[in-house]
Amino acid sequence: MGRFWAIMSRDLTLARRQGADLAMTVSFFVVVVVLFPLGLGPTPGQLAEIAPAVLWVTALLAAMLSFDRLFQQDAEDGGLDQLALSGLPLAVVALAKALAHWLTTGLPMIVLAPLLAITLNLNTEAYGALILGFVLGTPIVSLFGTVGAALVVGARRAGVLVALIVLPLTIPVLIFGTLAIDAAANGLPIRVHLLMLSAMLAAAIPLAPLAAGAALRQALE
Amino acid sequence: MHRFANPTRFLRLANAVLPWLGGLTVILFGVGLYQALVISPADYQQGETVRIMYVHVPAAWAALSGYTALAIASFTFLVWRHPLADLAARAASPIGAGFTAIALVTGALWGQPMWGTWWVWDARLTSVLILFFLYLGHMALVNAFDDSDRGSRAGAVLALVGVVNLPIIKFSVDWWNTLHQPASVLRMDGPKIAGEMMTPLMIMAGAYFALFGVLMILRIRSLLAARRLRQLRLAVQET
Repeated sequence: MGRFWAIMSRDLTLARRQGADLAMTVSFFVVVVVLFPLGLGPTPGQLAEIAPAVLWVTALLAAMLSFDRLFQQDAEDGGLDQLALSGLPLAVVALAKALAHWLTTGLPMIVLAPLLAITLNLNTEAYGALILGFVLGTPIVSLFGTVGAALVVGARRAGVLVALIVLPLTIPVLIFGTLAIDAAANGLPIRVHLLMLSAMLAAAIPLAPLAAGAALRQALE
Repeated sequence: MHRFANPTRFLRLANAVLPWLGGLTVILFGVGLYQALVISPADYQQGETVRIMYVHVPAAWAALSGYTALAIASFTFLVWRHPLADLAARAASPIGAGFTAIALVTGALWGQPMWGTWWVWDARLTSVLILFFLYLGHMALVNAFDDSDRGSRAGAVLALVGVVNLPIIKFSVDWWNTLHQPASVLRMDGPKIAGEMMTPLMIMAGAYFALFGVLMILRIRSLLAARRLRQLRLAVQET
């Protein structure tokens, strides 16, 4: 357990000291969302209608930007070999990495999403669904992204490749995340959509680190 | 299985089987298309459009079986490190992607007159589209490394991750209320399809799977040749 926290706190420390990397991902999220009102023109009804999709799609794209460096740096400086020798199963290493990734990119996006939703004139009833959906959905994205990042270690053009691999897997998250917000905005029950997201999260927490661990083992050979 | 992991033995067997399988493919497609397009009756509701089904449904079956084959080959490669399993996986993904594309396009052509739209975002169509993206991702990943063996291993892990999508595709029509009709051939209480339509459908399915086999053999053979060529080039450079 101590080693798990050590890996996680190392990643968090790195993220804090290299604050620019973290800020870039989050700024990308903000800038792209703000582009939509500018592109569409300030018609409040129209904006409110596309707000769920804009927030979720942009969050996914912003997350994709951060995955290619998740293991690449460690693989280049030999840190990954050290992690493999630490005696900790690689799946647990992957879980620690995913958790650190979520804390540094998922969590800021959960905080920012409601603020950005105001600029998109999202229906006030929908904020609960937006926040709950992000709380349940962004960890899934981090976990899937960890699998993708482990797969592309050492690849050419890893950044594009990881998006190509991970984005299709995140389509269900996008679907149920936006469905929940739409349902809430129209006064419909959101429970079923949030339950689907919870089920996906419950499946992803044990399975995605296993897959990422297997991918890391292949990368280390 | 280990017996056929030897590339030379595989090539001997494949070369012996290929003409027969090729002939079978041609015959099955000839008979199947004649049955499906000429002999079988038009549907009382769909009219002549029902004939698209004979091209569409077997393509979808082949697309799913292709992914299953890809996953089995990937698993075999990861566990036993058979080089031939790696080649089978590399061969399967473009072929599977091709069948998936056929299923998607013929489905759209059928949907336009029947549903009044080329495409709907229902669960079945979306999950098959994800299958298509998974094939594309696999193809991109296996070729993304300078060390081709590293690409094979990464691709194998990705192929196994994507297996999650197979039950979702199969049961999407039962779990969600979709525009796509539920299963009518593979169901617990027996097939729900008229005999004169079932026969051509099964012949066409046989034709698609035979074609799948032919394409697999051709691609594995060319991949083997490419690998040998690369080894020879390296050997020449070293001397």
